[in-house]
Amino acid sequence: MEAGECIAVSGTSGSGKSLFLRALADLDPNDGDIRLNGQSRNAMPAPNWRRQVVYVPAESGWWADDVGAHFPDRDAAVGFLKRLEVPMDCFDWPVARLSTGERQRLALVRAMILSPRVMLLDEPTSGLDPDTTLRVEAVLHEILANGSAMIIVSHDREQAKRLGHRRFQITGGALCEMNAEGTA
Amino acid sequence: MSQYIALDYWDIAAAASLILINAGLSVAFRLGLEKRLIIAAARMVIQLTLVGLVLKALFAAASPWLTILVALIMVAFAGRESIARQDRSFTGLWSYGIGTSSMCVAALIVTLFAVTTQFETRSWFDPRYAIPLLGMILGNTMNGVSLCLDRLLATAHAQRTAIEARLALGADARTALASVSRQAMRAGMIPTVNAMAATGLVSLPGMMTGQILAGVAPVDAVKYQILVMFLIGGGTALGVFAAIQLGMRRLMDRRHRLRLDRLQAKT
Repeated sequence: MEAGECIAVSGTSGSGKSLFLRALADLDPNDGDIRLNGQSRNAMPAPNWRRQVVYVPAESGWWADDVGAHFPDRDAAVGFLKRLEVPMDCFDWPVARLSTGERQRLALVRAMILSPRVMLLDEPTSGLDPDTTLRVEAVLHEILANGSAMIIVSHDREQAKRLGHRRFQITGGALCEMNAEGTA
Repeated sequence: MSQYIALDYWDIAAAASLILINAGLSVAFRLGLEKRLIIAAARMVIQLTLVGLVLKALFAAASPWLTILVALIMVAFAGRESIARQDRSFTGLWSYGIGTSSMCVAALIVTLFAVTTQFETRSWFDPRYAIPLLGMILGNTMNGVSLCLDRLLATAHAQRTAIEARLALGADARTALASVSRQAMRAGMIPTVNAMAATGLVSLPGMMTGQILAGVAPVDAVKYQILVMFLIGGGTALGVFAAIQLGMRRLMDRRHRLRLDRLQAKT
């Protein structure tokens, strides 16, 4: 995978797309090794790896009551919040007040401000309306242009076409590259 | 010790008649408890009689090895009891191992500390002091450890997405489990804190009451009770600390992954 490249992965529910991303982020026990710029994953502490290869699950997790506690660096987040149309005062809210779509966007922002080399995105726009989806994609395009790579799992064929430089499908536990017409 | 009134068997038989009230209630209101009640009462009489005989022999022998053996048997039973109180446990021998080893270390350290410093006995293994002290410390440490582990595993299971969200953003295992382990340690220690706060007002501790019945001056009995409360506090804290360290280590692996596959729900 090249810097600035985006790979879109599709597959039926339960085909193992999320497990694939979790394995890349080293969140589940797995065999094999991956290299990032020549550095072996298994040779570096897992937290270092995960700061550079950030996994954003479809269902976001929140470990404190207040939204602000999840953002140690608020200044870095403000620009993204504005562009993704998340209310700016949400840092003072309890997490319970966030809508599904707000949670999803905030979870993305939380990952983006780490400036990771690779982002592993699991259905990043599944809860968003078409306009907001396009806003998220614009930000993602910009991150790609800045040299980060991305693997995105999406059910939305159009989104896969818009974002993915290459497209893969998981069938029967194997990853197959698709051609331009979208067939395996 | 001054004079105390030794009970004869008629005294006990008279008290046993009170159990008939329970049985009568059970029959009258069809609670279906009479069989269990009789069995429980019989078990209590037999178990305590056996313990009395064991302690009598143990005191007579005053052997360090026998004292240690009895102490280890007590720890082993406490370990089994603590698993029975957890809804979720580690798979395999880890469940028993983590609970028992933390209790064992905590209770034995505190008991040894007490018999070597506060009780000027002939020897540290004098079973008349070591075994009753261990019993009291172990009982409370067991409560603390099993509450702590129960809370740790239940919370880790319930808050999986939150914990993994932190891991995915590059937090290490300790940071990701920080709030979970804090909650679990609180759960383990709060009963001891509450017991200290309520004692004397809401309840008269059994040990102190027993000493007073045996003819000890109330102020001396109170001193004993205060000492025991501190020992219990120390034992619980040590046990909870050991349990959380071992438990967190088993809950996460070297690659800082949350390993819920190492847990099982109670069958």
